[in-house]
Amino acid sequence: MNTDTTQHPAYIRQAWLVILLGLVYGAALAGVQVGLGPRIEENKRQETYGVIPRLVPGADAKHIEPITLEAVGGKTRRVYRAADSNGELRGWVIPASGLGFADRIDLLIGLDSHAERITGMYVLDQKETPGLGNLIVDERFRDQFVKKSVFEPIDVVKTDPKPGSNQIRAVTGATISSDSVASIINKAVEQLRKPILEQQKAVPITDPEKRGASPAAK
Amino acid sequence: MTIPNSEPPSRQPPATSMPLDQPTAGERFIQGILPENPVYRQLLGMCPTLAVTGAMQPAMTMAAATAFVLISANVIVSLIRGLLRPHLRILVFTLTIATFVTIADRALAAYLYTMSKELGPYVPLIIVNCLIISRCEICASKQSVGTALADGVGMSLGFAVALASIATVRELLGLGTWFGLPVMPTVWRHWGVMILPPGAFLTLGLLLGLVEWTASKRQATTKHQ
Repeated sequence: MNTDTTQHPAYIRQAWLVILLGLVYGAALAGVQVGLGPRIEENKRQETYGVIPRLVPGADAKHIEPITLEAVGGKTRRVYRAADSNGELRGWVIPASGLGFADRIDLLIGLDSHAERITGMYVLDQKETPGLGNLIVDERFRDQFVKKSVFEPIDVVKTDPKPGSNQIRAVTGATISSDSVASIINKAVEQLRKPILEQQKAVPITDPEKRGASPAAK
Repeated sequence: MTIPNSEPPSRQPPATSMPLDQPTAGERFIQGILPENPVYRQLLGMCPTLAVTGAMQPAMTMAAATAFVLISANVIVSLIRGLLRPHLRILVFTLTIATFVTIADRALAAYLYTMSKELGPYVPLIIVNCLIISRCEICASKQSVGTALADGVGMSLGFAVALASIATVRELLGLGTWFGLPVMPTVWRHWGVMILPPGAFLTLGLLLGLVEWTASKRQATTKHQ
């Protein structure tokens, strides 16, 4: 050790401040992460949970349950089971992401309780072109996905979509962003519809008595 | 953080030993706001100036985050200026700035989550705002903590004034609002281009021209007298 310091005294003398600052700043940042990390995670969770009742009609924010599933293709994915205040299943929410025009697009996709129709779509995160591609967060674009069937892929067109079809109209000047959203949804539905249905069968959602009772209660 | 007192007195150069051409704390403060405005006079920090001035809220959040980083970095660099090795100083500046940028980014994500999402990559990009490293180099690494603090505050105010002026024009014309509140008459047809990147360049160019024109006009009148 002694010989080491005598061999490199110049090096230490030059760089000790950088090394020391690196350690101090590193420790400070670790402290910030420990202090703020849980809050940031909570913000993200809150955002997801806050949006789910808007994606699945009737769902109650307090009756949302994250479930880990094995998607088609073998990957594990998280979905949310959304129930109403009586605990009765109202639908499912799939977080999905894919590449947009500029960067990754993160979506939440709402499905009805039988995973047959889309009930809503929300953009959690995107960095598309302001004024063009970022209009995918607009309700006018997002509402087009409501009631679309999951049995055929969603098709993006540039003209008015045919009524009753699975077509949606692209955001003007942002065909790539619109296509990306549609393909993220198509892929997510394809990969997760089956596992969701299996999950639904495996766990009895509500006992039949309660299911029969709830409409009368309203 | 107690800034001026935390410095060992031995390292504080006596006022007389300071080179005569170095501005005082008060001068530094005033210069930062208008005479040496970071955006209008030095043309520094163009990335946030163009990118986040579509509306007042993101612009002012950016100004506040930049102010936090600039003032903190200036104070720290000034505190350790006696220990800096000339060839390692840029490394130390960058290290210091990066640390405070990360703190600002995490704090925004924790306490202003929506705004943090709206600003996206521009908060981490504060690290490459030349305004900050130029203040470390020009002022903080050469002058006392008090002067560096005054310089940081002055330059931050100057930056905030510049962002606010551009954001005001763009938000009023592009969205008809100011700080999100509707102010323009309802007959106003929003100029969508103003909140798009071309609007940023147009506004900056016109305001730069205006500032330059007023400055040269003032110079002409003082010469005339």
